[in-house]
Amino acid sequence: MAAERSRSSAWSQWSEGGVLAQANQVDDWIAIQPDGTVTVFSGKVELGTGVKTALAQIVAEELDVPFERVQMVMGDTALTPDEGYTAGSTTIQVGGFALRQASAEARQALLEMASDRLDAAIDELTVRDGVIRVSHHPDRTITYAELLGGKKFQRRITLKAPLKRPEEYRIVGQPIPRVDLPRKISGAASFIHDVRLPGMLHARVVRPPSPGAKLVSIDEGSVPGVRVVHLGNFVGVVAEREEQAVRAAQQLKVTWRETAHWPKQADLYIYIRSQPATDNVLVEEGKVDAAFKRAATRLTATYAQPFQAHASIGPSCAVADVQAERAVIWSNSQGVHPLRGAIAELLKMPPEQVQIIHTEGAGSYGHNGSDDAAADAAILSQAVGQPVRVQWSRRDEFTWEPYAPAMVMEVSGGLDRQGQVIAWEYEVWTPSHTNRPRGKNQLLAGQLIYGGRSSRPQWFGGGDRNAPTNYDFANQRVVAHWLAGLPLRISSMRTLGGAANTFANESFMDELAAAARIDPLEFRLRHLTDPRAVAVLQAAAQQAGWGTPLPAGVGRGLAFAQYENEVAYVATVAQVHVDALSGATRVQRIVTAHDCGLIINPDGLRNQIEGNVLQSLSRALYEEVTFDASHITSVDWDTYPILKFSDVPDVDVVLINHPDQRAVGAGEPATITTAPAIANAIFHATGARIRQIPFTPQRVKAITSALDRQV
Amino acid sequence: MTSKFTLTVNGQPYSVEVAPDTPLLYVLRNDLGLNGPQFGCGSESCGACTVLLGAKAIKSCKVPVSEATLGSITTLEGLGTAEELHPVQRAFIEEQAAQCAYCTNGMIMTTAALLWKNPRPTDQQIREALDGNLCRCGTQLRILRAVKRAAELLAAEGV
Repeated sequence: MAAERSRSSAWSQWSEGGVLAQANQVDDWIAIQPDGTVTVFSGKVELGTGVKTALAQIVAEELDVPFERVQMVMGDTALTPDEGYTAGSTTIQVGGFALRQASAEARQALLEMASDRLDAAIDELTVRDGVIRVSHHPDRTITYAELLGGKKFQRRITLKAPLKRPEEYRIVGQPIPRVDLPRKISGAASFIHDVRLPGMLHARVVRPPSPGAKLVSIDEGSVPGVRVVHLGNFVGVVAEREEQAVRAAQQLKVTWRETAHWPKQADLYIYIRSQPATDNVLVEEGKVDAAFKRAATRLTATYAQPFQAHASIGPSCAVADVQAERAVIWSNSQGVHPLRGAIAELLKMPPEQVQIIHTEGAGSYGHNGSDDAAADAAILSQAVGQPVRVQWSRRDEFTWEPYAPAMVMEVSGGLDRQGQVIAWEYEVWTPSHTNRPRGKNQLLAGQLIYGGRSSRPQWFGGGDRNAPTNYDFANQRVVAHWLAGLPLRISSMRTLGGAANTFANESFMDELAAAARIDPLEFRLRHLTDPRAVAVLQAAAQQAGWGTPLPAGVGRGLAFAQYENEVAYVATVAQVHVDALSGATRVQRIVTAHDCGLIINPDGLRNQIEGNVLQSLSRALYEEVTFDASHITSVDWDTYPILKFSDVPDVDVVLINHPDQRAVGAGEPATITTAPAIANAIFHATGARIRQIPFTPQRVKAITSALDRQV
Repeated sequence: MTSKFTLTVNGQPYSVEVAPDTPLLYVLRNDLGLNGPQFGCGSESCGACTVLLGAKAIKSCKVPVSEATLGSITTLEGLGTAEELHPVQRAFIEEQAAQCAYCTNGMIMTTAALLWKNPRPTDQQIREALDGNLCRCGTQLRILRAVKRAAELLAAEGV
């Protein structure tokens, strides 16, 4: 579909073919050590989703070595291939594909070497756990380490090496425990926050009160004993001790001239719709206008998605050691290779002299402040000539990270007398959801130093993700109105526009089902032919007890989508209770059925789905970045609340495994169906149709009160 | 500005010379080189920095070091090592109760304090005890299961 095409054209260098064209040697990906350890070099990184474990499973399986022998090296510009960003649920899909091919090629190379050494034809050889045997002479064996240990393969990846059949899998498909957890749960250094270098200083950036503010004056004497760095509007304080840097950042006397002037939050969605936009027809099928004219029923509804924050539990942090001709930066960036170019530009150094080493941080769920923190640390280290660690404050995290963009969606539908959709029109107003650092201007430090502000879309994709549905509509038009930008800083957050578009599409399907007086499950099934779509919907409905009676005030809602219209299938049933007095929604239970093709690690997959469900529930019920004329007013966990233990519902995950289908990503899909399932459940419970995220008690109450007045 | 403070951390005495209002967290991480407690918010609202003071779970990001000298402090490292895990840590592994695991320190330390006081908590009591600990990845249900499993492991081992 359109969304996928727009991404692949811009990101083709990091597609399956693109990555393997660049890193086309087995040695780029795999090394066999003399002790038999298999070192794997992956340009993808662990962001807390478990891919370090899952990718190791793929290699162990295809290479035929014990899982425990695989050591992953991930995201280091000096060591690993450039695989772009760890984003968009592509790590298994794309990164896993490359490693599978490299492993199969490596195995084939080892078999050829063994064929010579054991004097047997390749088809007489068997492999198990890194030991090659002659089938009819089980005592004639040789190990991978004996064949190659410490030497290079010097072999091109042909994409023709034999791949295992899924029914042969012994490691892929197993719920292997996460390899990184034992260290993390016992306090062994694991996170970017734990990196310590000899002579390392602690720094904080002193942020302006609002974006675009200009530095007027600075009194360095106000923080004795602390080094003040200022370059343009970039101001940092560097100290021996962390608490000194924290205090200095608060006490430094600095005055700013503010320039930001934002629309009123209450008018945000009117503002968005009134901006000049570049229109892009994503789908045009049949005769839409004529079909609307002959429709027996016509409905139109508008939906709104606010700015939302990644809101990582750990603040963005980085450590940098910048010397005259060599810079090393430790960062929780999602894309160490692209970041290297941007930082090199910022530091005015050739990229070859800059090394970025990925080090895990708190979960980021997209492009948060991690890259900016890396730039902060790099600039400050360059200025003071010593290694520097920068950690953002909670307030800086909330006020300076790039948010998920606000969006407006309007849907119209026409039904015939039988309740079938004969016309569908969808419009979304959205900016690009991608503003990742490709140069210094996308980094906060670069903007502060050089005055540049990047709102130029890097590609048109993102906001249109899942704007088209997967329903069989004969006459439909789907249009994206691309805004040049929005007043607040924005970039990529989990599913990009997928969540907001699916909220609109699946809420509106529910509105049409109600207008047609057809059960929402039945209504969707009447518009679907893809058997995997039907299966995932029915699995969720069955598990949730769809159609069984519920107490008063309790409702059930359903939503379905195929992520990016062509990867994982997901269906969610939410059961909610709405308090009539307050309008407060309490989600009691969520059932999510999920089909992402071949399952690599079922427990890791369940963990991802549960996480997507709970995070998207939090986004649907509680989350909205607030602002006044020039300041972000969501500054802490009180002003940007997220899901707490007391409100966590039961979550039931139904996995559908298709070993014959390619493994596609699971880091995002289960996010997109949660909000509409909850909104539809609120409607089922109360008759109130909520079209604006988050579903606060006040908003629900306003709608139910209006309904009461009508009665 | 600085004063000398003596702390007992994970059974060992430590002497540090810092400003009295220095948050305990910075002393644990930067002077003692510990990694378990993490900075999350600096305002005691997320729980990532939780340590035990005596048998009580406290948030170390705001409490000044001067107020932490009277009791014995236990951090994640003091609970158990990767080689010799405490039953609560084992339960978190057995339930794979983490994604990014940044909040896990707080979850484990709060659980340890809860189970010390109340070895057989109800689901409601567990949720109440953990309500000041935020998880952004959405692993709360796994954490709830891990707490129940930890209670079972502790009971079985008579710890």
